[in-house]
Formats: sequence, C-alpha cells, structure tokens
Amino acid sequence: MAIESEVLVIGGGLGGLTSALAAAREGADVRLVSYKQSTLRQASGLVDVLGYTPDGDGPLTDPYEAIPSLPESHPYRKVGVETVRDALSLFDDAVPTYEGEHTDTNALLPTHGGSIKPTARYPAGASAGLASDTRDTLLVGIEEMVDFDAPHVASHLDATGVPFDVRGETIRFPGDLRADAKVTRYAKLLDTNSEVAVRGRMVPAREALAQRVNPLLEGEERVGFPAILGDDNPGAIRDALGDHLGVDVFEVPMGPPSLPGLRLEDALFSALDEAGASIETGNPVVDFEGEDRIEKVCIEKNGAKIPNSADQYVLATGGFVGKGVESDREGVYEPVFDCHVPHAADRYDWFEGELFGDHEFARYGVATDDDLRPLDESEHSEFENLRAAGSVLGGYDFAAEKSGSGVSIATGYAAGQRAAQEAR
Amino acid sequence: MGPTPHIAVIGGGSTGAGIARDLAMRGLDVTLVEQGNLTHGTTGRMHGLLHSGGRYAVSDQASATECIEENRVLRDIASHCVEMTGGLFVKRPEDSEEYFQKKLNGCEECGIPAEVVSGEEARAMEPHLAKDIDKAISVPDGAIDPFRLVVANAASAQEHGARIETHSKVTDLIVESGEVVGIEVEHDSGPGKRVHGTEGGTEEIRADYVVNATGAWAGRIGDMAGLDIEVRPSKGVMTIMNIRQVDTVINRCRPKGDADIVVPHETTAILGTTDEEVEDPEDYPEEQWEVDMMIDTLSELIPMLDEARTIRSFWGVRPLYEPPDVGSDDPTDITRDFFLLDHDERDDLPGMTSIVGGKFTTYRMMGEQIADHVCGKFGIDADCRTADEPLPGSEDFSVLRDYMDEFGLRSPIGRRSVERLGSRADDVLKTDGPNPTVCECEGVTRAEIQDAIEGSGSDLNAVRIRTRASMGNCQGGFCSHRMASELHSEYDESVVREAWDELLQERWKGQRHALWGEQLSQAALNYALHATTQNRDQDPADGDPVDFSAFDSGRGQTGGSVDSADVAADGGTDGY
Ligand SMILES: Cc1cc2nc3c(=O)[nH]c(=O)nc-3n(C[C@H](O)[C@H](O)[C@H](O)COP(=O)(O)OP(=O)(O)OC[C@H]3O[C@@H](n4cnc5c(N)ncnc54)[C@H](O)[C@@H]3O)c2cc1C
Ligand SMILES: Cc1cc2nc3c(=O)[nH]c(=O)nc-3n(C[C@H](O)[C@H](O)[C@H](O)COP(=O)(O)OP(=O)(O)OC[C@H]3O[C@@H](n4cnc5c(N)ncnc54)[C@H](O)[C@@H]3O)c2cc1C
Repeated sequence: MAIESEVLVIGGGLGGLTSALAAAREGADVRLVSYKQSTLRQASGLVDVLGYTPDGDGPLTDPYEAIPSLPESHPYRKVGVETVRDALSLFDDAVPTYEGEHTDTNALLPTHGGSIKPTARYPAGASAGLASDTRDTLLVGIEEMVDFDAPHVASHLDATGVPFDVRGETIRFPGDLRADAKVTRYAKLLDTNSEVAVRGRMVPAREALAQRVNPLLEGEERVGFPAILGDDNPGAIRDALGDHLGVDVFEVPMGPPSLPGLRLEDALFSALDEAGASIETGNPVVDFEGEDRIEKVCIEKNGAKIPNSADQYVLATGGFVGKGVESDREGVYEPVFDCHVPHAADRYDWFEGELFGDHEFARYGVATDDDLRPLDESEHSEFENLRAAGSVLGGYDFAAEKSGSGVSIATGYAAGQRAAQEAR
Repeated sequence: MGPTPHIAVIGGGSTGAGIARDLAMRGLDVTLVEQGNLTHGTTGRMHGLLHSGGRYAVSDQASATECIEENRVLRDIASHCVEMTGGLFVKRPEDSEEYFQKKLNGCEECGIPAEVVSGEEARAMEPHLAKDIDKAISVPDGAIDPFRLVVANAASAQEHGARIETHSKVTDLIVESGEVVGIEVEHDSGPGKRVHGTEGGTEEIRADYVVNATGAWAGRIGDMAGLDIEVRPSKGVMTIMNIRQVDTVINRCRPKGDADIVVPHETTAILGTTDEEVEDPEDYPEEQWEVDMMIDTLSELIPMLDEARTIRSFWGVRPLYEPPDVGSDDPTDITRDFFLLDHDERDDLPGMTSIVGGKFTTYRMMGEQIADHVCGKFGIDADCRTADEPLPGSEDFSVLRDYMDEFGLRSPIGRRSVERLGSRADDVLKTDGPNPTVCECEGVTRAEIQDAIEGSGSDLNAVRIRTRASMGNCQGGFCSHRMASELHSEYDESVVREAWDELLQERWKGQRHALWGEQLSQAALNYALHATTQNRDQDPADGDPVDFSAFDSGRGQTGGSVDSADVAADGGTDGY
C-alpha cells in the first residue's frame, strides 16, 4: 500500500516549504518529502524579491512596480504581482521574526564581502545594520574567522558610499576555540552562555565578548558582528550584548554554513509542523509511475523503494545547486520526472566568458504554463497533476536579479495553494 | 668592460628563471623581466610531468637522455617541488607489440630504468586501469609543480642579488652601433612588486648582454631587432579532474597520439594532451572537441574517467623550434631538444642570444648552457653550481615533526603546508597570531598566504600559484574573498578590490571548459555566492552612486532602526 496524501511536495527548500505550508493552510492533507539539506544552508537568509531588472537596472527601490514589465517567461509573470504580495504575507505570518513588511521599499544590507545588496525581508537580527540608517557603525571581526574581515568589510562599505562612518576592528574570541572552529561552535558558546576564562577569571561568554568590544567603541551607535550570534537564542544574545555595550547590535549575513539560513529553515519546518503536514527528510524520490497523470512516486529508503501517492504533486527540488536540475556533457535535464528543460544544444553556449556575463545556465529550469505546470518540448503540460516551484523553474537569473527567495516563496505559495484547491 | 657584467634575461618561465639563478650564482648582475606573473607563459600551462625520458625513448633519444639526467638532478635540488610517483607505459591489446619492445629497448639505450610489469601487476598498482590492458613498462616518471619550482629559482636568484621584475613587458630591444645594448620595458604598475593601481611607466634597462628566453614568444623579441627566429608554437590541452584517479603517471604505449597521458598532481589528476600548430601563442582557439577527446580517449585506459568530474581545462603552447632546413609538417615530429641561437654568429648582431625549444624537465641544463655561453663571452671562469645547491625550500629537510601541535594546524592541513613549503616551513608557519585555514580545498593557511603576499605584492594570482589557494574543487568560490581580505592589512581597499576581481575572472576562465555535471552545479553555487550573497556583480563601489535615502531605513525610523524589542529577550528560542 502506498503512503497517501492529497498533496505531495517533493523538496524541502524555501520553495517546497512554502508550497506545503500554503497547501496545508488551504486545508489539504499535505506530505513533504525531501532528500538533503536545502540551499538555505548556503543562502544568506535574506529574502530578496527583486533588486535589479533582467537588464541590470537597479538597485530597484520598489520591486513590485517592476514585476509587470518582466519578460513573460519569468516566474513572477506566471503568478502575477498580487500573488507575490499574498505569498509574502503568508511568509510574514509564518516567520514573525523577519522584518521589512512595513514597506514596499527594498532595504539595502551590508554583505560579508563589504558590498551592499537590495532585499525585501531580513531577519530582525540584521535590521539594525540597514545601510540607509545613518548611525555610525563599528564592525567587529574575529581574528580566527577568515570569512569576515571587519576592517576590509568596513572600508569596502565606505567605498559603496554609505551615509555613515564605519570602522572595523578585529578581536580574539573569548574562550578556547580552535583556529578553524565552525560558526556553529561560536553560536553554541553564546547560546549556552557558558563561562570562559578571561585573565584567570570565569566570565559568561556573552559578557566576555562584550568586554572585548567595549574598549574599541568610539562613540558608534551600533555594532555589527558576523552572523554567529547564536542558533537557538539569537535575540537574547543580541539584547545581552546590546545592554553591555549600550548600542544596537546586528549581524551581517554570511556565506555557508549560514546561520540565518538555517534559522529560517527551522522556522519554516516548525510552521509546517504546526500546520499539520507530514514531513519526511533524508530520502530521495527516485522514480514515478504514470503517463499523463502521476499515479505515484517512489522514495528510496535503505535500498527499498517506498511508494507514495497523492492527488496533486509539487516539484520543488531546486536548481543546479539543489540538484533539481542536472546536466552532463550532452545536455540539461530534470532528474525526477524527466521534465523538459529548454537549453542550448552546444554546451559552450550555456555560459559567457565574462565572470558576471549573461549566463544562460543561470536561467535553465523547467518552463511552465500560467498554472505552473511544467511544459514538454511541444509546450503541452508534462503531467496534469504536477506543478513546479522554486529554483527548479527556468526563465530567471536569481543571482543577477536578486530574486531567489522571492521567486521560491511566490511560486511555492501559488503551486501549493492551487494543488490544494484542485485536490478537492 | 665594467667590473661585473649586467645581464638582462627576458622571460620568467622555467628557462628564464633557471638562467637567472645560474648567472646570479656565478656572480653576474642579473635583471629578469617578465610581462606577466612568473610562469605566465607555457611554464604555468604545462602538464607537470617530470619526464623520465620514456616518452622520447624511441623518437628522440637525445631529449630522452637529457631528461633522465635532469630527472635525477631535480629530485635532489627541488625535492619540495617533486613527487616521485613513478610512471607506466600501458599497452592495450590493440596497441603494437613491436612498439612496446622498441620502447623497452629505447629506455635501455638511454639509461632509463625500465621494467616490464604484467597487466595484473599494473592493476594492482593502479586499480582503476582498464581490465583488459596487456602489460606495462614502469619508468621513473614523476610529478613536478612548475609554479613552486620557478618561484624557488627566482627567490634563489634574488638571494644572489638578481633583480626580478614581473608585470614588465619588453617593448623594444635597444640596438646601438649594430649591437644589442639593452631593453626597453613597460612596467604595468611601477617597478618592484606589483601593486594594483600604481602608475606604470617605461624604463630603459641597459645591459652588457641580453638573453631572450621567451619561449613561444621568442620570434616577437627577434622581430624587435629584425631577426628571424622560427619558433613554431604548438598548442596542447590539459583537463584537470577533481580527484586523483591514479597515483602513478599513466602513459599510453603507442607511437604518438593525442590524449595519451594522465599525471597525478597534488589533489588532482591532469589529462593530456594535443599537439597542434598555432599562429599566435596568445590567441588561439580553445575547443570543446579537445576536452571531449581527453575524456573519451583516456577512458580507454581508465574507464572511470568517463563519469568523473573535471574542474577546469587549460591550454599551453610548446615553444618548438626546428632549424630552418628540417621542415617537418607535423608538429609532433619536431624535436623536443633545445637550441641556443647566438645572434652574433647567426645574424651578425652581437649582444644577444636566444634560447628556444626544450622541456621544463631540462630547464636547469638549458640554464647551465646559456650561463656557460654568456660567461664565455666575458671570459669569466665560474663553475655552475645549480645541479648541486638545493633550491630554497629543498635544503636539507628531514624534519618529520608533528606540525599539528607545533603550529596549531590540524594534521592533514599541517602536512600539506609542510609538503609545499619544505625547509621553509618553520619560517613561514611560525607566526604570532592564530593561523586559520583560508582555502579549505587545498589546505592553505593564513601564514602561507601572508608569506606569498610578501613575495608577490597585491597580485592574488601570484599568491595563488605560490600556495595553490583557490585551485581546488571550488575554484575560489569559497575562498577568493578571504584571500582578498588577507591583502587588506597591507593594501588599500580599492587595490584589494581590483586584485580580487582579477582572481575571480581568472578562475572563471578555465572552469568554462568543465561546465557540466557537478562542476556546473559548483559554478552555479559560486555564482550565487558572489552575485547573490555578496552582490559583487552590482557592487556600488564599482558603479554609480546609490541614493541611500530612497531605501528602507528600518521600521518608521529616521536615522534610527528597530531594536530587537519584538524578539524574545528572555532567552527564549524564537529570535532571529
Ligand atoms: C549560495 C546561495 C545564496 C543565496 N542567497 C540568497 C539571498 O541572499 N537572497 C535570496 O533571496 N535568495 C538567495 N538564494 C536563493 C534561495 O536560497 C533559493 O532560491 C531558494 O532557497 C531555492 O529554493 P528551492 O526550494 O527552490 O530549492 P533548494 O533550496 O535547492 O531545495 C531543494 C530541496 O529539494 C531536495 N531534493 C532535490 N532532489 C530531490 C529528490 N529527488 N527527492 C527529494 N528531495 C529532493 C533537496 O535536497 C533540497 O532540500 C541563495 C541561493 C544560494 C545557492
Ligand atoms: C601542453 C604542454 C604540456 C607540456 N608538458 C610538459 C611536461 O609535462 N613536462 C615538461 O618537462 N615539459 C612540458 N612541456 C614543455 C614545457 O612546458 C616548456 O618547454 C617550458 O615550460 C618552456 O618554458 P620557457 O621558460 O622556455 O617558456 P615560457 O614558460 O613560455 O616562458 C617565456 C616567458 O616569456 C614571457 N614573455 C614573452 N614575451 C615577453 C616580453 N615581450 N616581455 C617580457 N616577457 C615576455 C612570457 O610571458 C613567458 O612567461 C609542455 C608544454 C605544453 C605546451
């Protein structure tokens, strides 16, 4: 007997999680199956909606205004700008610790490389770091941590023209962490607030960290750290540091492993759990049965193939990074259902010679109709009960546009909601 | 003639660096100029094979004999650049038995230790060899790091008083009264170490003698004085795999042919190559079929290559030379031997000699002959010492200490650092501060990066070739901004940004030939890391000013922002 549900979502990234959540809130019986950790582990945790047009104009102040003039093949055009707004409302509701919903205007945030980037939603932990806030800023880096060199980030930020003075200082992190300790080790130490030895005295970690920073302050009103301030209790850690230092404290989003991304993933999984969906992670969908309609899919578990069947399916397996889209020397394909992925025949046309050229590969993914159903080569839907969401979709370059999470949330929402409605 | 002759050496490849070291050790004043980084030319784009001579044992025995001699020397003087992997000439059933015997006899005639091993024995050594191979000949091939070797030669030359100028292009030869008396040089960023954004300038370097060691470019230097130097540049492709499928150099035992060798190199294995004449050593097509051929043809020897991940491909041009009267049609027939062209004897233009042809493996011998020749011109009687004196890093190094404890490095990283640094390990790794890993793929620590920066200015590609940072699986995706940050302690932000962009672009260039499968996923990840997370493609520091006041400055604040008031301050678990 197959495991049954009304809606089966394949993939547990931002696209799949939003999709399952939307379907569950619609009242459907939802099951989400996901293989590995999603790209949220690598992503900054910021939720970009649209920062630049496909022609590179920007940074855009109002992402919604630009959506109607995107190319027709763009996923935002498939779902429409109102759905994008509705989807973000769902996100705001499910993840109350994010900010940015008070305005349609994009925010500019400092990046760990020292540039700034436009985004639509940001974790509360990053909010005191907004680049349009004019308060002077001290950035604090950790000597052992090569991913965030505070003096370099500060001078790079300064070169972007930010409207405040910014300085960087480097400290030794209190406590005996190894030179290449993972960010989670720092976070843990601050989460537990364990005592560390400081000149022979035992001091709680948060206080010890504040003590290192305090003498470095030169009147700045806010202090930014790399995003290592706790996994479980980041709000409390920021408050404690802020109290000790008498300033606002923020985190600068970082590369992998990204704590803000992981925190967001946790929050969405809890919301989904609360909404009553069944969740299975760790095993891939490897096969399916059905011609025009998917009858069931098979999940590989300890060498066995476990059938799962549903009325409606959502494909949210990610793009090249999440392995929802794959390639070999001959071509580009979608590995689960073998949905058609339009691409150039010559693999040397997949990319440009310039590092940040207009790479075609960045736009590869399945093409869909307005109902997000993947289309075959002759533009007919591949399966009547399959929709696609997130990075598995083609037609947009999220890295250039800064639209990654926004598209995943909007298309996930639309696919989940419509799947639930149709499952009736 | 003045007290000490001053020799200008043009070209910072293995040949030029070897010549500079030799001349400097014999007490001459030396200036070496190179238009790019050290190893910018063919030397930085070769296969990394320390030849046993086996490859030439049938067709070109003079080269084969030189190779085995120098192979022995380099194991000694450059031990920290060499890994003695051993090599196999593998015969498949369809390959000629007659040629196999010729190869064996050829090795014997040239003094190359060679031994026949059965197919089974060969597979015991290299389990990924095809099941149906017949047998093989084992020879003392090795792997050699061209970057480390050239940098060590240049460092040694400097220790002996030489001046080394990189990013300095020779734009003209100064000829006065029918004699070459110097070179005109255009510095990209001023003399000395390269610093981005520093004003360049031209310099006239007067010299008592000029040595043209520009390899495939030798003809261009010749043109500057109306000389005809018939170099026949011939390109070859090399495709880098992300792991070492083999730990031994694997050659196909057949007369000649493309795609017939795999060299293990550090964490990778490099497939090669082709041999095709090109017009211009700097501008030639890099083609898909060449990469496909490496994989398809070498899969006949090592079947798993067919499905394996490649991280990039690159091309180099051989500086082949043949005397005008030979006239080979096929570049594979041109000798691999080297030639010393004294332009006084040959063209009635005293003051300059060109050296062309040859191999990386024989660079030292080439240097010795040129140095003998130059010393002869000045009546200087000084012995060559380059075959006996180890290079910096290869001195007397027998330390098997636990670097993990000593330098706080985790064991595999410590081991790799020490392998790269050889006898310099103590000097480089003993630092005051913590020494975190900057490049995880290759295990390169901050201390090594800092050491390389000291030697190469703000040039991150020069840091890369010295340390291997950014040369592993991720091709700089995770570490290029870290490398850039390491520059910042010494250089201005704008200099750092330029160096960083240049590194990113260089890393992208070679990956383009590996963009399918895993490596395309990696490229997509890198693109997201650089463009999405860091917004480096639209960095306002490089572009138009941004109107910050038009963007969100926090919830309802002017000049203020939300604090974490709406986040649990009670140590709860719901704050972000
Ligand atoms: C490095 C990086 C930085 C980013 N930075 C930002 C940013 O700053 N701002 C922003 O808005 N966006 C950013 N993004 C984009 C954003 O994270 C992604 O668009 C979004 O997370 C994609 O979500 P997804 O759910 O479509 O796919 P993914 O996150 O890739 O998730 C796909 C999931 O499907 C699973 N899966 C795949 N195949 C199967 C199978 N056969 N069976 C079961 N499960 C399967 C995978 O294991 C994975 O869990 C970034 C992305 C990357 C890679
Ligand atoms: C595909 C391939 C694989 C090879 N594999 C091997 C191998 O495995 N083992 C081996 O032993 N040999 C190998 N070789 C041969 C070997 O790489 C070369 O013989 C050797 O590196 C040549 O060194 P060079 O110093 O003479 O030339 P180069 O390294 O080319 O040096 C010449 C330098 O002169 C510089 N220059 C040119 N014009 C100017 C100017 N106007 N001003 C200033 N500088 C200038 C160039 O930038 C260049 O750096 C291979 C060659 C190729 C092409």
